[in-house]
Amino acid sequence: MTAAGTGTHTGTRTGRQLLVLVIGAAAVATLPFILPPAQEAVAVRILIFALMGVAWNVMSGYGGMFSFGHAAYFGLGAYAGGYLIVRHGVSPWIGMAVGAALAAAFGVTTGFLAFRYRLKGAYFALATFAFAEMLHLLALSFEPIEAAAGLNVPLLQGSSWWMLQFPPGSPNYFWAILALTVLAVAATIALLRSKSGGYVIAIREDEQAASSLGIPVMRYKLLTVGVSAAMTAVAGAFYVQYYLYINPDLAFGSAVSIQAILPSVIGGIGTIWGPLIGAAVLGPLSDVTATLLRDPPAALAFLEGRSGLDVILYAALLIVIVLALPKGVYGALRSYFARGST
Amino acid sequence: MTRRAPLSLAARLAVAAAVVAVVLVLAYARSGSGIVVSQAVLTGLLLGGVYGLVAMGLTLIFGVLDIVNFAHGALMTVAMYGTVLLASHAGLDPYLTLLVTAPALFGIGMALQSGLINRTMGSSLANQLLLTLGIGLLIENVLLLSFGSEPRSVAVGYAAPLRAFGAVADLTRVIAFLGALGLAALLYLLLQRTRVGTAIRAVAANPDGAQLVGIDVRRMYVLTFALGTACAGAAGTLVAPFVTVEATTGELFNIIAFVVVVLGGMGNVVGALVGGLLIGLTEQLGGVLLPEQSPLLAVFVVFVLVLFLRPQGLFGRSS
Amino acid sequence: MTLLSVRGLSKSFRGVRALHDVSFDVADGRILGIIGPNGAGKTTLFAAVSGGVAADAGTVRFAGQDVTRWPDHRRARAGLVRTFQLMRPFGAMTVLDNVAVAAQVRASSRAAALAAPDAVLDRVGLARYRDQRSTELPAAELKRLELARALALRPRLLLLDEVLAGLVPAERGPVLDLLGTLRDEGITLVFVEHVMAAVMRLSDEVLVLDQGQVIAAGTPAEVTGDPRVVEAYLGDEAALASGDDGDDGNDGNDGNDDDADDEDPETPC
Ligand SMILES: Nc1ncnc2c1ncn2[C@@H]1O[C@H](COP(=O)(O)OP(=O)(O)OP(=O)(O)O)[C@@H](O)[C@H]1O
Ligand SMILES: [Mg+2]
Repeated sequence: MTAAGTGTHTGTRTGRQLLVLVIGAAAVATLPFILPPAQEAVAVRILIFALMGVAWNVMSGYGGMFSFGHAAYFGLGAYAGGYLIVRHGVSPWIGMAVGAALAAAFGVTTGFLAFRYRLKGAYFALATFAFAEMLHLLALSFEPIEAAAGLNVPLLQGSSWWMLQFPPGSPNYFWAILALTVLAVAATIALLRSKSGGYVIAIREDEQAASSLGIPVMRYKLLTVGVSAAMTAVAGAFYVQYYLYINPDLAFGSAVSIQAILPSVIGGIGTIWGPLIGAAVLGPLSDVTATLLRDPPAALAFLEGRSGLDVILYAALLIVIVLALPKGVYGALRSYFARGST
Repeated sequence: MTRRAPLSLAARLAVAAAVVAVVLVLAYARSGSGIVVSQAVLTGLLLGGVYGLVAMGLTLIFGVLDIVNFAHGALMTVAMYGTVLLASHAGLDPYLTLLVTAPALFGIGMALQSGLINRTMGSSLANQLLLTLGIGLLIENVLLLSFGSEPRSVAVGYAAPLRAFGAVADLTRVIAFLGALGLAALLYLLLQRTRVGTAIRAVAANPDGAQLVGIDVRRMYVLTFALGTACAGAAGTLVAPFVTVEATTGELFNIIAFVVVVLGGMGNVVGALVGGLLIGLTEQLGGVLLPEQSPLLAVFVVFVLVLFLRPQGLFGRSS
Repeated sequence: MTLLSVRGLSKSFRGVRALHDVSFDVADGRILGIIGPNGAGKTTLFAAVSGGVAADAGTVRFAGQDVTRWPDHRRARAGLVRTFQLMRPFGAMTVLDNVAVAAQVRASSRAAALAAPDAVLDRVGLARYRDQRSTELPAAELKRLELARALALRPRLLLLDEVLAGLVPAERGPVLDLLGTLRDEGITLVFVEHVMAAVMRLSDEVLVLDQGQVIAAGTPAEVTGDPRVVEAYLGDEAALASGDDGDDGNDGNDGNDDDADDEDPETPC
């Protein structure tokens, strides 16, 4: 796990991380010139995945509050963004902001209740799950915006950054989500470097000790939840805008919560780069299996036209990682090199 | 802040009964029909028995291994498909398949615990949770891949509606209820009256102490997980005749079982059974009280309230 | 001037009376030693005074303010700081970061926050462990880390829970000297200690707790002569009488695993 951003030598580390981020982002930004258009959709999905993972990591990796209900925040972002554009023609950027504010408010409110009643560990995880499921069920029957049937984002003529709509295959979508993800990572790095970051880690390590040292535990836990929820909502709002459709299952289903957890777990919980690496591993899986099944080799012919293989692969991956690399891919690499260098 | 003395068990049961009575009156006021209410109560209790059995398995695993098992529902689904196959292809009576599914699931549980989960004993909550989640997803999607997304069902030749207090109950639901109660009693006896049961309870109470007196703790973990999984399996077979069997059918039972386990007190086997009945009632009466909402909403509201107000469960001592 | 004033403090854990009607005052700049047999309620007293545990009854006044209803983090910021008997380092952090987190709470500027931790580490003799993970520290050093974090908060009053426990006699001298310096700098000290020689040497006054109650208070000499104290300490009589350090297995006792932290969530019924 990364040390707090409080020490004297973390300044250089922060600088290095930001440098890696900028260089990496610049390199990734050239992908649309290299990749065939079909692969670009995969790249966008990886980045949505990554953004969710980065967000989950803030609350559950650095904050130590294991969430099994990030679907709540994702769904609020998706529905806020979707509703505003479909019914009122409001720009998705504003939708993102509104969704982020809503999700943060929801996260802070439910978080306050959960912390007030001192839920921890499994109980906390189950409570987050219950809150997400409640929103899911409410969305299935919420009349005012006919949420249950799903929202279809209308297609516009031409291309507009303000409305975040471009002709099919435009690389602009890719650059937009790349920018959002990079911002989220940068925000995480900045948070960790700040005084608040030190407090957040201290609280994760020992709440009571942190409190006895003058750190207002509740406030910083809620801050962490709020930031994480807001980032997740941005991913949700972008999702609607990109796929032009949302329904209660896609927004609030428990699969969404699992998707938010996986990148960090695979890549490395509580590390800056872990969620990005995890997303890059997971994102293409469903396309690999889809390609495999569309034209299966003889040995797998019986699988033709069946679904489920992609989830089987990432479930198996999840099991292997948990058992063999409990610190995730990046976490394991880091420990390996750390041991090598001393 | 002054602390009130904890209520006795009898007082708590009385409070629970009072709450149920109030809800019944409200439901009657809301629906205006006695039959609607008694139907809800009957359906709720019958299904609640099955919830209780599923939750008993889950709570046993939680109490002894300290693991939140997200694979429980998927394992239940495995048994459902087992019953579907044996009943429709081999022509067995669905209830007879219990003799195959419960032992088979016991075996699967043993394999999972000794092969995979035992390796993460004592590691972080997140790790164990994710491992069972992975196992659950894996099983569910292997089922989806093997059987496709088309729903299956099990036909029972002698299904007939039974009547009581103006309410109607399908025979299959009554059998499931009675079967669940019977198996729950069996499990209870096993835990209370046998040497193995005593050993399991010793491990639950204090693993280190159990180790000291010569109990093979790892073996008890395996046995417990297997027993819990067999409960899920038996429940799967019992409900197969009246649910549509799909790869995800067990998920809902898993979720409800979590609620029941928390309500009854994590690790409390009897609490799980009572909690199951209460949640069955909550679900059905919630449907009467809030007809335009999913009946599950009431279940989650109760869940969150219990988490906040009595995290040790209705029947748990605060420990 | 009275810096800390405790009146009628009581606390029970599910029927176990850990504190009963405890009252005492500490004047600015003084050192109060607290002794008492295992389970007497000393750690609970610190928890209640520092706000980590809500007392059932009683008041705590600090620097002229009634802080009874203040949460612990607010009391800490006001300068009322405790250490833990069982060491509670922030495991994922380096030794330096452990201290830096605390320093930031009270730092007026970033520059001050960056300079303070190293100075504190120097004082407690942890400078050479600066960049190590705190979990890698030996127990004795962890004790000093507890002290270092508390000092980084620039406290007015320090509640020290068995800082000498687990130290071999040779290691105690420097810590005791440090406590003396702290007093000279104007920090008021309240410390729990089983090492009798240290209590006798350092304290201006001594408070004796037994079964949650104050059974004696006064100067070290007065307290040692008190028959009730001798009785409460029956097993440790020798240690008291000889005034030697109570090296008889009493120190280093961390027997009370649940350091008042895992109190159950308060439930309304
Ligand atoms: N969180 C808790 N829950 C229940 N009982 C507690 C808790 N904390 C303390 N106690 C009980 O309160 C009493 C006083 O404990 P405390 O830790 O304050 O004693 P102590 O004087 O610090 O003892 P020691 O010398 O062993 O450190 C003991 O009987 C202890 O078992
Ligand atoms: Mg103590």
